[in-house]
Amino acid sequence: MRAACWHGRHDIHVDHVADPTILNPRDAIIRITRTAICGSDLHLYNGFIPAMKKGDIIGHEFMGEVVEVGAGVSSLRKGDRVVVPFPIACGHCEPCSRELYSLCENSNPNAWMGEQMWGYTPCGIFGYSHIMGGYPGGQAEYARVPFADVGPLKVPDELSDEQVLFLSDIFPTGFMAAEACGIRPGDVVAVWGCGPVGQFAIKSAYMLGAAKVIAIDRFPYRLRIAASQGGAETINYEQLSVSEALREMTAGRGPDHCIDAVGLEGHAPGIKGAYDKAKTMMMLETDRPVALREAIMNCRSGGTISVAGVYGGFIDKFPMGAIVNRALTIRSGQTHVHRYMRPLLERIRSGEIDPSFIITHRLSLDDVAEGYSTFSLKEDECLKVVMTP
Amino acid sequence: MHTYAQARPSHERLVAGLGWFSLALGTAELAAPRAMARLIGIPDDPRLVNIVRAFGAREIASGLGMLTQPDHPTWAWSRLGGDAVDLAFLGSAANEESANHKRVALAAAAVAGVAALDLLCARGLQEEREQRRAAFGYIDDEVSVERAITVMRPIEEVFAFWKGYANLPRFMRHLTSVETLGENRTRWTATGPAGMAVSWDAETTVERENEWIAWRSLENADVCHHGSVRFRQAPGQRGTELHVHLQYRPPAGRLGRGIAWLFGEEPGQQIKEDLRRFKQLLETGEISLARSTDAPAAPATDRMYVEGGQA
Repeated sequence: MRAACWHGRHDIHVDHVADPTILNPRDAIIRITRTAICGSDLHLYNGFIPAMKKGDIIGHEFMGEVVEVGAGVSSLRKGDRVVVPFPIACGHCEPCSRELYSLCENSNPNAWMGEQMWGYTPCGIFGYSHIMGGYPGGQAEYARVPFADVGPLKVPDELSDEQVLFLSDIFPTGFMAAEACGIRPGDVVAVWGCGPVGQFAIKSAYMLGAAKVIAIDRFPYRLRIAASQGGAETINYEQLSVSEALREMTAGRGPDHCIDAVGLEGHAPGIKGAYDKAKTMMMLETDRPVALREAIMNCRSGGTISVAGVYGGFIDKFPMGAIVNRALTIRSGQTHVHRYMRPLLERIRSGEIDPSFIITHRLSLDDVAEGYSTFSLKEDECLKVVMTP
Repeated sequence: MHTYAQARPSHERLVAGLGWFSLALGTAELAAPRAMARLIGIPDDPRLVNIVRAFGAREIASGLGMLTQPDHPTWAWSRLGGDAVDLAFLGSAANEESANHKRVALAAAAVAGVAALDLLCARGLQEEREQRRAAFGYIDDEVSVERAITVMRPIEEVFAFWKGYANLPRFMRHLTSVETLGENRTRWTATGPAGMAVSWDAETTVERENEWIAWRSLENADVCHHGSVRFRQAPGQRGTELHVHLQYRPPAGRLGRGIAWLFGEEPGQQIKEDLRRFKQLLETGEISLARSTDAPAAPATDRMYVEGGQA
């Protein structure tokens, strides 16, 4: 089959590889009909995620048709149309039984690596480095899905692939980020980063009762979509001082909750950005937490910092003093996608949201290299790349 | 992981003191052998200076040994041997015409004083080692590993899975089979270091329903080994806790363990991975695999290269 394989920094292209097969009784094989490039895939593309091997199949946002199931799967049948959640979860361990699917204790065959890196291991994830298990990903013609009796969600025929595809990751991710804020009536939520997750966080914050959402980015087209599709007020951080603007827009209170939808490759103008860029280049820091620091410093006292952006390692100049003295709460986590798929599918079905609004580029899998480059460089007003194998 | 932590030497301070003394003296002898020669009153001709330099290297080796293996009497004994060599050297140097006899005598007195401390230290450590052998039945060339894991299944089920040992090879990577021979006797076959097959017979010494299983190898076994698993109810509906304690002497003793470690088969890590697979098997019914070509996860020394990674 054809699959998008990682070969090094800025080198992802389609290779011909062996088709996946059933390895365990609870597996299924999916013929992929749509797959997307996630913002977090750009961290692989830009070489920020360690433990990648040449030839690794990447991609963790995908859906398709079931073509084979293992002997232990009775909930799925050949021909079922399913969306696959990006975390791999067994459904039976203690975290799974508490619906903390991304903390599944059984799905990462390289758990020891996760333990070395982070103390304890998170779940396995499709196509996202050997620390996350080394599972082949879904930017391919076919994928093997472990624990298929727990993960894949059957979707109704009346909804198109493009409408349901983002249940695999970014819609639940934006939603969980907003939910983690514990929004109360009248709350103002500020969202750093207007990429796909930021856009869904904006929409979700309104769904969950925010009075106002303020979106922060530097690309005018992304801010435009945040305003027109999401109904957010916007701040271009290259033109305005974020802290002054937030203070004015909230009449001096500060946003009640701040969502970091940027993650480890944050940018900042001037000296602040240069500092982290230099430190990561010298390997004195693994991640560039500019958005996170700004979110902490600008959050209203007693508020919530909800981190949806991916961080992988260690950061520097972390404003712990602000957290302690102003009683801020930090919430984070890889998304427990399984928990949100059904309720969010209902919101799509009822017409409350059509997630396909973020798609700007539709490509063939063969053009994956172009897709990564365009998305990474934000060329051609790129917000989301969806590919057909 | 090793359970002899409670048997830490009470000579700790003396060992550390002598270790650091060795390092400091060795560094001085290596870095400034001429000045050292003058200090101890011997002529600084190149032949003698080179000997002082060689003594420096020896001191550093003993110092590092004492600091990294503070419970081994070997290093204190080696220091004592070094003291004897030093005294012999000073004795012959005293015969040199240009030697400062007063300084040589002072240096010899100092060496004799340190030698007394070395002797005290070496004998103390030796004694502790004997006590440890008497108290624990083993010393540190025998591997002792403790690992625990929590499994979200009822205690009866977890116990039943262990009982009889037949399921063990399903999750213990190095175990090929466990056969029941009758009368509490079992025959274990495993792949040892460097892929060689090892087999031994064992007897069950304790079998308490849902509580405790213990076994030990029979006297004539190749692999001297005993093990015990305790089962406990985990708090608050969290399933069953499993506490595994294994003790064994690897076929090739210390060397075998060293080689095993090189191949990423450090016993503590090994058992941890085995228990992880045990948990997967009981909780999910299968062992997690990322791809068909994968052997079960290889820990510790399976280094992953980071292509272009900045992390």
